[in-house]
Amino acid sequence: MRKIRFAALLAAVIIILPLLLSACGEDGIAGGTKTLYVYNWGEYISDGSEGCLDSNAAFEEWYFETYGERVKVNYSTFSSNESLYAKLSSGSVSYDVVVPSDYMIERLIAEDLLAPLNYDNIPEIINILPEFWGDASVHSDHDPGNVYSVPYLYGMIGIIYNTTMVDADDPSLGSWKLMWDERHAGNILQFNNSRDAFGSAQYFLGLDVNSDSEADWRKALEKLKEQKPILQGYVMDEIYNKMENGSAGIAAYYAGDYLAMYENNSDLEFFYPEEGTNLYVDAMCIPKSSKNKELAERYINFMLMEEPAIANAEYTYYASPNRLVVESEEYIDYMGEIKEDAYEKMYATDSVKTSTYENLSGEKLILINQLWEELKSDIEISAGIYAICGVIIAVLLSLGIYFGVRKRIRDNY
Amino acid sequence: MKFLQRSYIVLIFLLLYVPIIVLVAFSFNEAGSLAEYSGFSLVWYEELFADEEALTSLRNSLVLAVSSSLIATVIGTFAALGLHRMKAKWLKGTVNTVTNIPMMNPDIVTGVSMMLLFVAFAGILGTSDFLGFGTMLIAHVTFNLPYVILSVMPRFKALDVSLSEAAQDLGCTPSQAFFKVELPEIVPGIVSGLMLGFTMSLDDFVISHFVSSPDFQTLPLYVYNQTAHNVKFSMYALSALIVVTILIILLVVNFAGSVGKKGGAK
Amino acid sequence: MKKGSLFQRLAAAPHILWAIMFIVFPMIFVLFFAFTDADGNFSFSNITSLSQYGHVFVLSIAFALIATVVCLIIGYPLAYFMSKQSPRAQKVLMVLVMLPMWCNLLIRTYALMALLDNGGLLNSLLESLGLDKIQIVGTNFGVILGMIYDFLPYMVLPIFTAMTKLDPKFIEASQDLGCTTWQTMTRVIMPLTASGVISGVTMVFVPSISTFYISQKLGAGKIDLVGDTIERLFQNPSTYNVGAAVSLIMMVLIIISVGIMNRFSDDKTPSDSKGGKGGGLVP
Repeated sequence: MRKIRFAALLAAVIIILPLLLSACGEDGIAGGTKTLYVYNWGEYISDGSEGCLDSNAAFEEWYFETYGERVKVNYSTFSSNESLYAKLSSGSVSYDVVVPSDYMIERLIAEDLLAPLNYDNIPEIINILPEFWGDASVHSDHDPGNVYSVPYLYGMIGIIYNTTMVDADDPSLGSWKLMWDERHAGNILQFNNSRDAFGSAQYFLGLDVNSDSEADWRKALEKLKEQKPILQGYVMDEIYNKMENGSAGIAAYYAGDYLAMYENNSDLEFFYPEEGTNLYVDAMCIPKSSKNKELAERYINFMLMEEPAIANAEYTYYASPNRLVVESEEYIDYMGEIKEDAYEKMYATDSVKTSTYENLSGEKLILINQLWEELKSDIEISAGIYAICGVIIAVLLSLGIYFGVRKRIRDNY
Repeated sequence: MKFLQRSYIVLIFLLLYVPIIVLVAFSFNEAGSLAEYSGFSLVWYEELFADEEALTSLRNSLVLAVSSSLIATVIGTFAALGLHRMKAKWLKGTVNTVTNIPMMNPDIVTGVSMMLLFVAFAGILGTSDFLGFGTMLIAHVTFNLPYVILSVMPRFKALDVSLSEAAQDLGCTPSQAFFKVELPEIVPGIVSGLMLGFTMSLDDFVISHFVSSPDFQTLPLYVYNQTAHNVKFSMYALSALIVVTILIILLVVNFAGSVGKKGGAK
Repeated sequence: MKKGSLFQRLAAAPHILWAIMFIVFPMIFVLFFAFTDADGNFSFSNITSLSQYGHVFVLSIAFALIATVVCLIIGYPLAYFMSKQSPRAQKVLMVLVMLPMWCNLLIRTYALMALLDNGGLLNSLLESLGLDKIQIVGTNFGVILGMIYDFLPYMVLPIFTAMTKLDPKFIEASQDLGCTTWQTMTRVIMPLTASGVISGVTMVFVPSISTFYISQKLGAGKIDLVGDTIERLFQNPSTYNVGAAVSLIMMVLIIISVGIMNRFSDDKTPSDSKGGKGGGLVP
C-alpha cells in the first residue's frame, strides 16, 4: 500500500515536472500570429502608462488595420550596449528589431551581424532630419549611407547639479571641472561604466575619446584616480533616486534623463560642459538572424510616423531626429511645460562641442578593461581600519594563547 | 538587572527592525518617497499587481522553488538512504564532504563555479546561449541537496534497525521493509528538507545572478534589477508583502507546529 | 545492518553522479580557469595579476573581521538575555530573530541604505532637528554597518540555540561550588556555548567577506570588496580567468579561516555548523 502511494507520488513528480518546465517556455506561437521580437533599452518607448500612447499596442492595431493581419510584439529590454552585443553575437534568441547606440552599431556592422534595410518598406524615412540621415549625418561615421540603421532617439551627456548645493556663481559651473571640484567632495557621482567614465576624463583633458594612444588612456586613468577620493560613488541608474532626493549634488548623465529627474526635483539644473561632451545616437536595426525582416521594417516605419514618434520622444524626454516631432506645436508646448528651456536644451547640438564614441579595437577594449580594473582596485585603507583590525587580532591572539596555555597546564596536571 | 536585560533586547530588536518597519509603513505613503509622508494610500500595491514583470518573476520563483526542491528531495532522500547503508567508509566520508561544499562555500563561489561549468560546456557543445531556466534549475537543485540530506540523514540514523529486521523476519523483502517500516519514520525529515529547499530556492539571489538569463527572472533578481535602477515605488509594496508573508509563515510554523507533526512524532 | 537490496545500495548513485557533475566539476573548472589565460594556455599570469587586488583583499578581510567581532559583542549578550526570558517570550523572540533572516537580503539592505542615505529619512530627521547631516552611504562605516545589520540574526540564532540547550544543572552546580556570576559565565557558559559561537562566527564571516550587494548599495559603488571584484570580472568573458583566480584565493582564505576556527571548537557537530538557517525553520 505504502509502496503504491510512494510510486504514485514519484510518478506524479515525474509527470508534473515536464509540464512545469514547458509552462515556463516561451509563449507558444499560436499558429498563425506572427511575433515580432523587439529588444530595446529599458524605459525607452512610450508604454501607455499615465495616459500616453502604448506604441507597441498601437503598432499591432495599425498593422491589423493596414494589412489585415494580427501580429504580436514581444518586447524585451537590455541595460547596456555590451549586453546587447553579447546576446546578438551568441546567436541564441533571434531578435527582429534592436536599438543599439552608434558605436555598437559600428561593431555589429563590422562583425556582419546586421541586415541591410530595404527602404521600400520604410517610406516614412523622409521624416528624419538631414543631420541624422544621409551623407551629412552625424551618424555617417558609424553607418555610412544608413544601410543598416534608422535613428531613433539621441542626446548629449551633460552635468546635472542641485542648485541648493552649488551656487549660481560657482566658478566651476559650465565645465567638467565641477566633477573634480574638491569643494564638493562627497557630493559627486561618476558613471559606473568604463566608456563614459573615461570619456568624462578625456573630454576634461581635451583628449580624443577614441584615441589610439595608450598614453592618452593612461592620462585619463590618472585623472579618474585623482577624482576617486572626492566621489560619493560610481552609479548608473541609481542616480535617479540619489539626485532626486538630494543625496548627491553633482552628476554627469544623459540629457533626457535630466528632465525626468527635474520632474521630481525642480532644484536640479543642467549644462553641457564647455570642453566638449558626447553625442550619442540610438538607432533601430535588424539583426541578420531576424526571421521577420519585412515585419521588422514595417515596425521601424511605424515608429517614424508622427504620433508614435512624438509619444516616444515625450515619454523618454530624449531628443528626436524626426522632423515631424521637432516641428510639432504640441510637442514644443509639452516640452515647454516641463521646463521653459527644455526644448532648447535638448536640441542644442549646434551650440555644443560634441563628438561621438567610435567602436574600438579588441585590444583597445581589453586595455580599457584593465585600466578600469586598476581604477576600481585603487583603494586606500585608512589608518583607522588598520588600527581596529590590529586591536582585534591582538585580542584574539592573546585569548587564544591564554586558553591554550591554560589547557596545557590543566592537561599536565 | 532583569530590566536592563529586557531593555537591551528591546533596543537591539528595535534597531534591527527600524528599516523594515519604515519600509512597510512607507509602502503606504502616497507621496512615493522615503523622505516625507503625505498620506495613506494603496496605490503602490495596485501598481504592483498591475506590473507584469513583477508578477512573472514571482511566478518564476515559485515554479523554480517547487521544481528544484522536489528534485533535490527525491535525489537527496535516496542519497541519504544509500549513504546510510553504505559500507565503504571512505566513499561515505568523501560523498559527505563533497555534498557539503555548496553549503560551506560562499554563494558567490558556488554561483561563479557553476557559471564557468556552463560556459565550458557551452563552448564544447558549440552553443552560446545556454543560461536560462535549465541552468537555474540545476544550480538550485545543487545547493538544495546538502540541506535535504542534512534533514533526512538524522532520521535514518535514528531509525531503529530492529524494526526493519523484525519486518523482514516476518516475511517482508528488504524493499518492503523499507517502504512499510522505515519510510514513514523518515517522512518528517523529507518534508522539512523539502520546505528548506523551497525556501532557500525562493530566497536565493547570488547564485541565480550568475546562472540566469534576462528571459527567466526570479523575484530576488527582479528586486536586484529594481534597486539598480530608478526604483519603482511598487517595489516597496512588494517588499512589505514579502515581510508580512514571511511573518505569517513563521508564526504558523512555530506556533502551530507545537501541536502538529513535530510534537507528536508517530 | 542487514545487507540492503541492490536498490538500496544504488540509491545514492544519482546523487553521486549529480555531485560529480555539478559540485566537483565546477570546482575543477574554477581551478582550470584560474590557471589558464584567455587563450587556454596554462599560465600563472592570473595569480600574479592578483597583486593589484592586494588592498581589496585586505579591506574585505578587515571589514569582515570587524563586522564579525561587533556582531559577536552585540549578539552574545542578546542571546544570553533572550535565553533568560520565559519560554513563551523566547518563542516570540526567536520568530523576531528569524524574520529578518528569511526576508530577502536585498530588501533589508536596500531599506537600510534608503534610510541612511544623504537624502534619506535619518538625515531628514537630523536636518529638521537642526543638526548636521551625517554621510553614511559611501563610507567604510556604512558598509560595515550594513554587514552588521544584515548578519546579526545569523550570529544570534546559533548562540541562542546553544544557550537554550544548556543544562541548567551545570550553572547551578557552578554556583553551588562558589563561582561568581562572571566566573560562571566564563568557565561554564562560554565553553559550553562555544559550538554555537563558532557557528555564528562562520555564518557572519563567510558572507561578509564575499558580499557584493552590501558594498554596492552602502558603498555607493565606490567601495569595492572581493565580492564586487569577482562580480565585475565575471561580466566580461575576457576577464573570467582573473575572476576565477580571485575566487580561488578567496576560497582558500575562507578554508584557512574556518579551519583555524574549528581548531578552537572541541565538538565537531556537522549539523550545527550551518544549522543556523536550517535550524531556524526546523526546531
